Amino acid sequence: MDKPTGSNGGSPAVSCVDVTVAYGHTIAVDNLSFEASRGKILAILGPNGAGKTSTVESLEGYRVPQRGQVRVLGHDPAKGIKQLSPSIGVMLQEGGVHPMMSPRDAAELFAGYYRAAMDPGEIIGLVGLEDVARTPYKRLSGGEKQRLSLGLALMGRPIVVFLDEPTAGVDPQGRLGIRQVILQLRSQGTCIILTTHELPEAERLADEVLILDRGKKVMQGTIHELLATSQGNTSVRFHTSAAVDIHALARAIGTSPGEIIEEAQASYRVDGDATPGRIAAITSYLAEHDIFMDRLTTGTVSLEEAYLSLIGSPVQ
Amino acid sequence: MTLKRGESLLLTLGIPVVLLVFFAEVHVLPASTRKPVNFLAPGILALAVMSTSMVSLGIATGFERSYKVLKRLGTTPLGRPALLAGKMAAVVLIEIIQAIVLVAVALAIGWRPGGNGLEAIGVIALGTVAFSGLGLLLAGTLKAEVNLALVNGLYLVLLLAGNMIIPLSRFPAWMATLAKALPAAALSEGLFHSLNGGTAIPAWAWLVLVAWAIAAPVAAGIAWKWE
Repeated sequence: MDKPTGSNGGSPAVSCVDVTVAYGHTIAVDNLSFEASRGKILAILGPNGAGKTSTVESLEGYRVPQRGQVRVLGHDPAKGIKQLSPSIGVMLQEGGVHPMMSPRDAAELFAGYYRAAMDPGEIIGLVGLEDVARTPYKRLSGGEKQRLSLGLALMGRPIVVFLDEPTAGVDPQGRLGIRQVILQLRSQGTCIILTTHELPEAERLADEVLILDRGKKVMQGTIHELLATSQGNTSVRFHTSAAVDIHALARAIGTSPGEIIEEAQASYRVDGDATPGRIAAITSYLAEHDIFMDRLTTGTVSLEEAYLSLIGSPVQ
Repeated sequence: MTLKRGESLLLTLGIPVVLLVFFAEVHVLPASTRKPVNFLAPGILALAVMSTSMVSLGIATGFERSYKVLKRLGTTPLGRPALLAGKMAAVVLIEIIQAIVLVAVALAIGWRPGGNGLEAIGVIALGTVAFSGLGLLLAGTLKAEVNLALVNGLYLVLLLAGNMIIPLSRFPAWMATLAKALPAAALSEGLFHSLNGGTAIPAWAWLVLVAWAIAAPVAAGIAWKWE
């Protein structure tokens, strides 16, 4: 099996076609189709119960879908995990290492499973665990456990990596290190499937996002495409000294009341283009009503806002 | 790793040796043979098989499952069949060590075995498969702590009702009938007949052992959950 080359051509590294996963009468994944390519980071997002774990576990070979076709590097993971396992890396959300085992012992154990394994010491260094290399797993901090899990996922120089909440519970410095490792993997041509609740992390890392809700695909596209789906991709935010009549403000600035959101008490967001004219109209309205304004900001809609806008709407 | 853990060493070697020596030398339990050790030695060998293949394997696997170690190893090239094979090889290795130690102790306190060694190995193999299946069935379906409590409770029940230290002939008929349906009594009965003069193993013991050796691993395979 060929190894990462940095190329991005050919068939997708990961694909799901019309996949349905059910537990009894509960449908966890409903007729889902998507693809992911080498050299790209795909973030799978969705609220709890959206079907993220069932989807990823089908790709990892832990679950057999009731319907549809799952392929990872051309193999059906449920039937061909033996052929597939040397080329994939899996980082679980938590656990995966015996509590008494040190990072060094775990790295040496995992290195023994792969023909083309990285050097255990190199892995320990890559994820910055040199100082705790001999510390039992149960005594590591949450962030150190995450970094070890990431390192073990990379041991076999994988072509496809599945990362489940890789930065959860990790301190800012640790996050930076994990991000650097993930971006380095991408530059080497690895396909990275990332599941996370941390939308800023997805925004920083992902080339594409797949949003699931109640087992169905809500959308798949680039971050830019996702942001474009929200109501306008820029907004004006401001805080005021008193409550504002949203309908009156909407009339004054020439927009619909639905585009003005009271995010907190006396804290507003106006979706739409943040033009100088609009800002002038807002401040003029407030001046006429003797309302003070502070903390005026303009900017693009964040991934979190775009995500909530999609998830809050009825599933298509 | 199993033999490094103190509690595991106690379970697999300490308790069987203490029970064998104590009840062979201190005649407080009824025995079905003239020399208590002739009844106890095969029974304690059966206990050792049960300790290793059900209790030790089941508890360790249950905790490995709760730590997600099994799940994680399942996607490495080691693979799930090799993982299971490795566990079974460890069970067999420990059983060999147990057999060597227990037979040496039993010989030292007056046991004089005779009979069909191959038949005894066949009975032990069936018992190992049956108890391993039971251990994995519980480990693969229950929370680690619940599994720990249940397996230890089962160990105690099967020790008492397994024809290992108290002969089934001393049980009320209904209780003996019930006990005969369990793998512990079948295993100890099989070992008693094959190691004490080579009398024929009763058909019920073979049937019960074979049935458990098929049913328990199949049930474990069907019911297994990675987490």
